[in-house]
Amino acid sequence: MKGEIYRVAGPVVTIMGIKPKMYDVVHVGHEGLMGEVIRIEGDKATVQVYEDTSGIKPGEPVVNTGMSLSVELGPGLLESIYDGIQRPLKVLQEKMGDFIDRGVTANGLDRERVWEFKPTVSSGDSVTGGQTIGIVQETENIEHKIMVPPTVSGTIEEIKSGKFKVDETICVLAGGKELSMMQKWPVRMPRPVDKKFIPRRPLITGQRILDGLFPVAKGGTAAIPGPFGSGKTVTQQQLAKWSDTDIVVYIGCGERGNEMADVLNEFPELQDPKTGRPLMERTVLIANTSNMPVAAREASVYTGITIAEYYRDMGYDVSLMADSSSRWAEAMREISSRLEEMPGEEGYPAYLSARLSEFYERAGAVKSLSAEEGSITVIGAVSPPGGDFSEPVTQNTLRIVKVFWALDAKLAQRRHFPSIDWLTSYSLYTQGLADWFAENVAPDWVPLRDNAMDLLQQESELQEIVQLVGSDALPEDQQLVLEICRMLREYFLQQNAFHPVDTYCPFDKQYQLLKAISKYSDMAQAALESGIPMKDILSIESKDELAKVKFEEDFEGALNVVMEKMDKEFAALGGN
Amino acid sequence: MTKEYKTITEISGPLIFLEKTEPVGYGELVHINLPDGTTKRGQVLDTSSDVVAVQVFEGTGGLNEESGVVFSGETIKLPVSKDMLGRILSGAGEPLDGGPRIVPEDRIDVNGASMNPYSRMPPEDFIQTGISTIDGTNTLVRGQKLPIFSGSGLPHNEIALQIARQSKVPGSTEDFAVVFAAMGITNEEAQYFMEDFEKTGALERAVVFLNLADDPAVERIITPRMALTAAEYLAYEHDMHVLVILTDITNYCEALRQMGAAREEVPGRRGYPGYMYTDLASLYERAGVIKGRKGSVTQFSILTMPGDDITHPIPDLSGYITEGQIVVSRELHMKGIYPPINVLPSLSRLMNSGIGDGKTRDDHKAVSDQMYAGYAEGRDLRGLVAIVGKEALSERDQKILEFADLFEDRFVRQGRDEDRSIEDTLQVGWDILSELPESLLTRIDNKYIEKYHPAHKSN
Repeated sequence: MKGEIYRVAGPVVTIMGIKPKMYDVVHVGHEGLMGEVIRIEGDKATVQVYEDTSGIKPGEPVVNTGMSLSVELGPGLLESIYDGIQRPLKVLQEKMGDFIDRGVTANGLDRERVWEFKPTVSSGDSVTGGQTIGIVQETENIEHKIMVPPTVSGTIEEIKSGKFKVDETICVLAGGKELSMMQKWPVRMPRPVDKKFIPRRPLITGQRILDGLFPVAKGGTAAIPGPFGSGKTVTQQQLAKWSDTDIVVYIGCGERGNEMADVLNEFPELQDPKTGRPLMERTVLIANTSNMPVAAREASVYTGITIAEYYRDMGYDVSLMADSSSRWAEAMREISSRLEEMPGEEGYPAYLSARLSEFYERAGAVKSLSAEEGSITVIGAVSPPGGDFSEPVTQNTLRIVKVFWALDAKLAQRRHFPSIDWLTSYSLYTQGLADWFAENVAPDWVPLRDNAMDLLQQESELQEIVQLVGSDALPEDQQLVLEICRMLREYFLQQNAFHPVDTYCPFDKQYQLLKAISKYSDMAQAALESGIPMKDILSIESKDELAKVKFEEDFEGALNVVMEKMDKEFAALGGN
Repeated sequence: MTKEYKTITEISGPLIFLEKTEPVGYGELVHINLPDGTTKRGQVLDTSSDVVAVQVFEGTGGLNEESGVVFSGETIKLPVSKDMLGRILSGAGEPLDGGPRIVPEDRIDVNGASMNPYSRMPPEDFIQTGISTIDGTNTLVRGQKLPIFSGSGLPHNEIALQIARQSKVPGSTEDFAVVFAAMGITNEEAQYFMEDFEKTGALERAVVFLNLADDPAVERIITPRMALTAAEYLAYEHDMHVLVILTDITNYCEALRQMGAAREEVPGRRGYPGYMYTDLASLYERAGVIKGRKGSVTQFSILTMPGDDITHPIPDLSGYITEGQIVVSRELHMKGIYPPINVLPSLSRLMNSGIGDGKTRDDHKAVSDQMYAGYAEGRDLRGLVAIVGKEALSERDQKILEFADLFEDRFVRQGRDEDRSIEDTLQVGWDILSELPESLLTRIDNKYIEKYHPAHKSN
């Protein structure tokens, strides 16, 4: 069906003469710019266009595809770098050079590349939606399961084996339905699952403050809000690099171009600590920088989560980083305001909260239609204006997510990184994961951690007194608390993302570090009680040497040396 | 194409509305012929088969329903040429210096296109500005966008000029140019800049766009886009390294708000339009380096924070887009320190990729981190001293307190013409750090202490 443009106002175009369904994708203008129907009113429909509309005139033709915005799912997603509507940036560069032009379409999956397909079912078998019919080795470590689209079922009449392109038929069902390795799925619709579980396994990130104090579960949701310059992006990138999930989907939503360039440059060179293979082999990157069209930014988050769901359905643990969800919310606001909708709080549309919760609800630990257990962990960065957490995006996000990592500008200014405020952050998974920690880390891990949290809490109260009277006025045991907390902050919580060793800290190392600090605390306490002066306890050399063990390649060796020395030094003090 | 319409039905603020036109393209350039013979220019903001809205750059004064409107059929383009160097143009790209019109080698859409992130080169070439607080602790690299957050009455212009004068990549002889865009600054300020450019000979390698305080506000929306288009042209077509100075972003945002109000848009925070983030991004993001091309665009914008408030929407949204910020402090300025840059809230996000062995020096990061930590603690202690007195401090704390003073006095403070090399900057850093006991230098690796610490070096 053909129609024509009635009105153009920035990314919002009104069309008439066709009768589209909501969220149909249409091509507008002579150049065929891609857009999505977001409102229908009488014989007119409003379209948000994913590309620049300069020079587009009323009267130009409009074509309806009749399909809603969909992504292509199949082998070849990994290692790809897409824009917000799944156009591979590399192909765009080949087609239009270093600057992004418009009216260029590009397939999400490479149509030329050939994959080795090994069937796991035979003809005569009956299959249902979501069931695996074969596998493709997508990268060295990821086996890509080819699944029947969720809405399809039947008896297999023919199944092939061998090398195919993604759009070639590999399976025919009774009744003539042909299946290829590629399926399309509308991004705004969650892919169906059999059921959801309560998440019970932690996501190990190698970041001490996250794993140690505020863990997130695989299948859980977390938010990282923080003012600019507090280290949101570095934290997100650390998570993308080191999380122990099988697949990482990283969405750069409305962020800096140079930062994306950095990610694009760095990820292929980094190694997965688990497999030793390039990190890129398990990663899908979506880059829609702040100056790329705003409607595509709105779509980028959905594109990302749909890809994540697809891998989850294969039984993989997926983590998805959205940097930043505030930019996504702003894109919604911008489009809403162009539609002249009645605004809610701070100009955001009234459906902001609904959209945010719909998105985070797509996370979860699930049993998929093919009875595989997979999960999606969603970690969203939030960029609150002025660092004020009372603004709508932060508040609506906090109502949904279970983990809150609050970044603090003050900590960042004193170069305390990651600058996550341990007093305001929280995790609602600590209880649910306690059993896992006791079993897999150490039986005394949870009490150790709780004790550390307790001390840090005490410190903040003591600091208020110190601000008034100075630290010398405190009783000695409280001075010791301050010292232990300094050690906790500097030796344990601070972690250097740019240091080759310290950037990733395995759980065992986290445990030993915390244990070492706790040991000093116990010995110092005992010494204090037996009358040894505070000055001597503080001047223990091994205590300061503890500061540098986290940077050592041979961590255990270095720690042993320091701890032996500590034993000797305390013994030399006498008392105990 | 050249059809003239006399169908204006409404004039409201900077906007005019026309009816019964042929199809008009969104964003098209418009010429408006006034009854008195003058011509104004505008741009299509909203177009439909029934009515077209046009924003007029030079303001709607003198316009009436008799005025004729001609649609050019194309978006706003800037004629560009290498001969632009040394020229002074208006905020709309017309010559102001009495010279001839630019003979264009090309005409480029001023809105630019967004750079494919895949084509970007991560910036990593160190630019030496000769200012210690920038080079030492908030390093600028080629392709970065680093604004100065300042306040009214602070010497941000002097700092910007000093940077424009002194910036260089050590050991490099590549072509260098400055594109200067003034948006709504006063005539006096503009003269100050021009005088300095002329005096130092910088004008020869500069392109200047001037939109002054009494020029139409709407024109301000185009001025930075003109400047960035010229910069991109020089960088990517003529392999030059271009430093773009935009001043003042706050005036630009005010113009944006004014336009939004005229269009009766739903306002966002403090009345600024909801799309201000995207709009600012379309300026700031035009900095960068492209793989396989020699030139680069580096942005140094000046932004005065209303009420010195860093959480005001303008600095706030800017900070989320730019790669850091240099914060000018009223407190330091009052103490008589020039340049009054407060390093604590300042940040260069790309610093880590521009420093270190082979770029600046191996100890650079450690020295910078140590100074940051010391200065931050020292400033906190000042608050404590105000309550309990200096005597109540431990010996260690007193040393740190003194360090904060030394830092301001020797590291931050420098002459307006003092061009410190990076070695000089790091030397000053070591000189003041050596006043601290060595045991407090926990952020510096022992190997650097042995190599650079004055106490060890002399041995």
